[in-house]
Amino acid sequence: MSLIAITEVKKRFGDNEVLKGISIDVQPGEVIAIIGKSGSGKSTLLRCINGLETIDDGSIVVAGAQLLPDEVHLKALRLKVGMIFQQFNLFPHLTAGGNVILSQMVVKKTPKPEAEAIARKMLERVGLAHKFDAFPEQLSGGQQQRVAIARALAMQPIALLCDEITSALDPELVAEVLAVVKELAADGMTLLMVTHEMRFARDVCSRVVFMHQGRVHEIGAPQDVFTAPKTPELRQFIGVQ
Amino acid sequence: MVEFTLWDILRNLLLATRWTIALSLVSFVGGGIVGALLLFLRIGASRIARLFAKGYIELFQGTPLLMQLFLAFFGLGLFGIDVPAWLAAGVALVLWTAAFLAEIWRGCVESIAKGQWEASSSLGMGYIQQMRWVILPQALKVAVPPTVGFSVQVVKGTALTSIIGFVELSKAGTVVTNATFQPFIVYGFVALIYFALCWPLSKSSQMLERKLNVAHRNH
Repeated sequence: MSLIAITEVKKRFGDNEVLKGISIDVQPGEVIAIIGKSGSGKSTLLRCINGLETIDDGSIVVAGAQLLPDEVHLKALRLKVGMIFQQFNLFPHLTAGGNVILSQMVVKKTPKPEAEAIARKMLERVGLAHKFDAFPEQLSGGQQQRVAIARALAMQPIALLCDEITSALDPELVAEVLAVVKELAADGMTLLMVTHEMRFARDVCSRVVFMHQGRVHEIGAPQDVFTAPKTPELRQFIGVQ
Repeated sequence: MVEFTLWDILRNLLLATRWTIALSLVSFVGGGIVGALLLFLRIGASRIARLFAKGYIELFQGTPLLMQLFLAFFGLGLFGIDVPAWLAAGVALVLWTAAFLAEIWRGCVESIAKGQWEASSSLGMGYIQQMRWVILPQALKVAVPPTVGFSVQVVKGTALTSIIGFVELSKAGTVVTNATFQPFIVYGFVALIYFALCWPLSKSSQMLERKLNVAHRNH
């Protein structure tokens, strides 16, 4: 059974239909890269899976939790899928440790000592154990993004959604974040990532989804998608003649 | 004819200043409490509550404080309720302050980046949890300088209550002038005392703004 079942999802912003019937099934442990031009709907799709956008039609089910627009269902869904954002979105008034601790205590009611132990473990996992007491403004972009990953991991999600998580980073900081993601993939975490890092998509992902004008235009193993693109749109996008 | 020394004038004015300070404090604290309630109505989930708070704020911002004082003082009198000047002054200033503080604070809450809402949502937090743990702690820092800055307006606003007969600094100025026939000296002192109250407030607002300049960090 698939872990994430996206079925015929449609999403409209006013007159603009951004998603025109998307269906993707994600198996446990799969790493999926979603690529495509800006405006193709890839970020919107990711945001829908986390309930940050409502959907107009179709269904999204994550490990039995269905996306429905009320707080109880949304919370159940969000406990299963974590999300990492392009702009990190760390809480600036809390330390790195505080960022990782907060939602455990507030949402899961984990007692403080336990939440702190988990936070230390998660920060260690992203290589930032020594930054536990640092505030976000004292961290580099790459470090902030790794804290954001630790914060999502602390909720023990079964899948992570990554929305262009390296796009706001200076080039020299991209590698450290991708290294963390790669390790997560190796540990069997299910990942859906919207990315512009084509090399990373090719090396790490199990499948690549090419979105074009609100539809899944091509989907397949990275070697097929990158070396033998079937459609002219994908050929143009990845620059193959 | 009785001779008044400068000290006589100043002493009487300073005694009345106590009431200006007391009224300012009551207005500010009371206005803060009512303003906080209005804020939560204004940004809350209920549409009716939002409209009510919006209407309230627009009403109090859109009419002169003097009219609000008159209405509080004379209006209730029409229903046979005898309102003492201090009560009318206090109530009107509390309600007036609340409207402005609620609007200032709404701006502060809305200045918090959308990403903070999204990140806390994605972690499973509900609206109240987001407010309590993520949004308000940040908005509070942003709110301190303009709130302290607005307290200057409250202090100066108390001067209007002299018109309904509340004896604070301005009213005392008029009384002393009538006794001494030295309006320039008396009102000069009155102005200086207001300045001595307000200047430290606006100065500390500026300093706090520099110190707590958190609004534009990290996003």
